[in-house]
Amino acid sequence: MAAPRSFVWSRRIFLTVLAGFVLVPVYVMVSSSLKPLADVTGKFRWLPSGLTVRPYIDIWSTVPLARYFVNSLIVAGAATLCSVVIAVFAAYAVSRYDFRGRRVFTLTVLSTQMFPGILFLLPLFLLYVNIGNATGVALFGSRGGLILTYLTFSLPFSVWMLIGYLDSVPRDLDEAALVDGCGPLGALLRIVVPAAIPGIVAVAVYAFMTAWGEVLFASVMTNDTTRTLAVGLQGYSTLNDVYWNQIMAASLVVSVPVVAGFLLLQRYLVAGLTAGAVK
Amino acid sequence: MTTTTTARKEPVRPISPGAARVPRRTGRIRRASLPYLLLLPALVLELLVHLVPMVIGIVMSFKELTQFYIRDWGSAPWSGLGNYRLSVDFDAPVGEALLHSFLVTVGFTLLSVVLCWLIGTAAAVFMQDTFRGRGLLRALFLVPYALPVYAAVITWVFMFQHDNGLVNHVLHDQLHLTDKPSFWLIGDNSFYALLTVSVWKGWPFAFLIVTAGLQNIPGELYEAAALDGAGVWQQLRRITLPSLRPVNQVLVLVLFLWTFNDFNTPYVLFGKSAPEPADLVSVHIYQASFVTWNFGTGSAMSVLLLLFLLVVTGGYLLLTSRGRRTTDV
Repeated sequence: MAAPRSFVWSRRIFLTVLAGFVLVPVYVMVSSSLKPLADVTGKFRWLPSGLTVRPYIDIWSTVPLARYFVNSLIVAGAATLCSVVIAVFAAYAVSRYDFRGRRVFTLTVLSTQMFPGILFLLPLFLLYVNIGNATGVALFGSRGGLILTYLTFSLPFSVWMLIGYLDSVPRDLDEAALVDGCGPLGALLRIVVPAAIPGIVAVAVYAFMTAWGEVLFASVMTNDTTRTLAVGLQGYSTLNDVYWNQIMAASLVVSVPVVAGFLLLQRYLVAGLTAGAVK
Repeated sequence: MTTTTTARKEPVRPISPGAARVPRRTGRIRRASLPYLLLLPALVLELLVHLVPMVIGIVMSFKELTQFYIRDWGSAPWSGLGNYRLSVDFDAPVGEALLHSFLVTVGFTLLSVVLCWLIGTAAAVFMQDTFRGRGLLRALFLVPYALPVYAAVITWVFMFQHDNGLVNHVLHDQLHLTDKPSFWLIGDNSFYALLTVSVWKGWPFAFLIVTAGLQNIPGELYEAAALDGAGVWQQLRRITLPSLRPVNQVLVLVLFLWTFNDFNTPYVLFGKSAPEPADLVSVHIYQASFVTWNFGTGSAMSVLLLLFLLVVTGGYLLLTSRGRRTTDV
């Protein structure tokens, strides 16, 4: 049955307005990054008076953007990898085993989602400093400390989503593997993990985005050499002259990897959410 | 979104002679130490990064922790409930500001969650059927969610600029809606600026979750309804929305917690101290701790905030889970 005209027109109008709302900042970011400085310091112009790639060249020297970029890549990449591996193990335990404290574990992990980040910012900062003083392991100000922090941010959601996803992977599969002589870990790695790839990819995307976009902890827990993009980008706007075209160019450059990756993997994300979290 | 065990109907085959004797509780295997080993890394990390700092934070909230004691926070003098008394004394400046900030946050969060949910659900429902350009539109709609917060919010900061921003250019120069260009990042308008950015950034998450939820509704339901003569609007009211209820219950809670605790958006939008009409609690506490250097008071405020969130979440979960059996969270 074809949808009635009222529905089709409501849909057209709603989706057009929404697309406009979404697109305007994206357009501003892209067009302003190609404008000469005069265009972004004077009245706003929808169309640039002239196109220039100068901002894309200057961003690298105004602030050490390349270094921030590498820091962000290392921190977000490592946090994602660790978070996913740890979450797969934990979710496998909860999904496949009945053990004392199972419910307490899921509840505890989930409830950490509720904590305001501000509540443990300062204590964590003090804890890292104390661990550093006591053991010589530099956590505060290092990439390691930030990796450790970020991987726990995405962990609760990842564990929760993967429990749901692993529950949807038929247990006959790994039980057959166990009968065939695989150990539990063998069954996990050879059978369950490959079957759960969409869920795992979804969780990895989420973990990477969380780490790549975090501002609060990055601004307190990094120093000049370990600064990530989240903090580094603020370097353009504290100067006397605000180079808006460079800010927009830099924003675009730091966004492209995540947005491209996200859009490429979004099918997995919906598939992962469908089987995992949304049931 | 619950991981109910009722979905598993097939009997568990014994995997070894030993396992056969074990009582089959919920169809899960019982093994002594392996599950704990698998959980160990997650547990240790959650303890180290979330629970231990939280305990330290609670201890700190009973101390007079100013910048003089930050190097050796254990030696800071106890102040008992002093920090709490200061935080909830609504006649004094500190408590009054906290109360104000709390009320702003509640209002802002409710508005933002409702708008995000409405827009996200409408978009997901409208895009449930295939039409030309749907895939492209879906990718576009996910862009605000995928953009790193600071990059997206900085673009909004540029758009909200008084002299060279797009918003004033459109509202004042092109549409002549205002007498003179407005200020968006200071003064009363800052609340609406924050709300706009928050909704722009947040609704795609609702869209994503509802889209996933819609894929779980069997198509036969719609076919049967269409045969019975139900139009699209009736199908929406009778099938789609009721089927989405469990998804929505969790979605709204997650949106609420994320928006309420959001620090990144106001921090990038306004900097270290937000204008009063848009002074969200998380930034307020950050300022109380790191700008005015009173970590004890900041911690007390955080603990109060956590208590509030615990009560709200607990009440919400009790209300929404009534009448349906949940075996897990």
